[in-house]
Amino acid sequence: MNEGNISDSAAVGADESLTGLAAMADHIANVVQPMAEHISVVRGEIELRVAAASVPQALGLLRGDRQAAFNQLIDVTAVDYPEREARFDMVYLLLSMDNNMRMRIIASVSEGQAVPSITSLYMSANWAEREVWDMFGIFFSGHPDLRRLLTDYGFEGHPLRKDFPLTGHVEVRYDDAQRRVVNEPVHLVQEFRDFDFLSPWEGVQTQMASEPAPQDKSDQKG
Amino acid sequence: MGIIDPLKAAPIPPGADQDAILRAVGDEITNRGFVIAKADKLFNWARSGSLWPMTFGLACCAVEMMHSAASRYDMDRYGMLFRPSPRQSDVMIVAGTLTNKMAPALRRVYDQMPEPRWVLSMGSCANGGGYYHYSYAVVRGCDRIVPVDVYVPGCPPTAEALIYGLLQLQKKIRRTATIARN
Repeated sequence: MNEGNISDSAAVGADESLTGLAAMADHIANVVQPMAEHISVVRGEIELRVAAASVPQALGLLRGDRQAAFNQLIDVTAVDYPEREARFDMVYLLLSMDNNMRMRIIASVSEGQAVPSITSLYMSANWAEREVWDMFGIFFSGHPDLRRLLTDYGFEGHPLRKDFPLTGHVEVRYDDAQRRVVNEPVHLVQEFRDFDFLSPWEGVQTQMASEPAPQDKSDQKG
Repeated sequence: MGIIDPLKAAPIPPGADQDAILRAVGDEITNRGFVIAKADKLFNWARSGSLWPMTFGLACCAVEMMHSAASRYDMDRYGMLFRPSPRQSDVMIVAGTLTNKMAPALRRVYDQMPEPRWVLSMGSCANGGGYYHYSYAVVRGCDRIVPVDVYVPGCPPTAEALIYGLLQLQKKIRRTATIARN
């Protein structure tokens, strides 16, 4: 078990806050001892990696502990790394008001895997988990009311996944003889142009006979 | 409102010309007891002189719309009085980004407005999707949902630009509105 791996990627100018963070990170590692996979201090915040199934228990321990006292849930989000086996990273942000410290709990989740809901611990996780379900498609077991929050009522797809195109699939609407607003396959008049400004030759389509073919970077249209 | 020159659809400033017109009308009333005017010109004067907007303030453009109604660019001096209900309004100002989820509601509000009604599209999001044109959840222009009479460009349009757009709508009403029902 890796514990106490304090890699300070924050500013090198040492503060009491950094040593305080390091001490807190040590203490946290002791508190959640069997579950912690990795703990570090990154950019002024403590980062703890656990398995997805032990997230509620870890959060409960961190809230109940008198010294750590991370009793406010700031946000629940997810990150999509499609090239990985476990493609999602569930991220829980916590704040300890007494210690004025923030920490992150990260759990790797694969696509069909269900994550236990923390709504019973923190009521604010109710809508946050609904948003993660809507945007990423991560199912939360034990959630009292898991339905869509932000997307349209008949919307299909999870927009913040990396394989969901920017413009969507079936998302053009207008009013017609049916006297209502309808869904239609999306049709863009001008495709999304990404100006990277990396190379002044990016738009050049003609090539010299000796050079390799220009790399096609026009994959932005939804 | 003042005196409007019918040929140019522009107000005649106070001066000798305005005095002459007012004197002619006053003489007509004292002599005959009534004034003759064309009916549709009269109706258009009434319609454009008291345009009551139904605001569809969706996003940031709504704040600029509030600015145009506040003290510096007072809209009330043009007779424009914000009404919260579509049933009591003449023009709908679509101010802000129209999302896919909001589109049926916009159409329903537009359908609840009684004739004659006009729509003013405010800001680049309402004109053509604007900043969020390529998003999966945005209607690329409110004219996909409701017919639009005046487009006011800007992100957001300044309050002055919105007033300019509303004055253009007034000119359009005087120019094109008829009594006949379509």
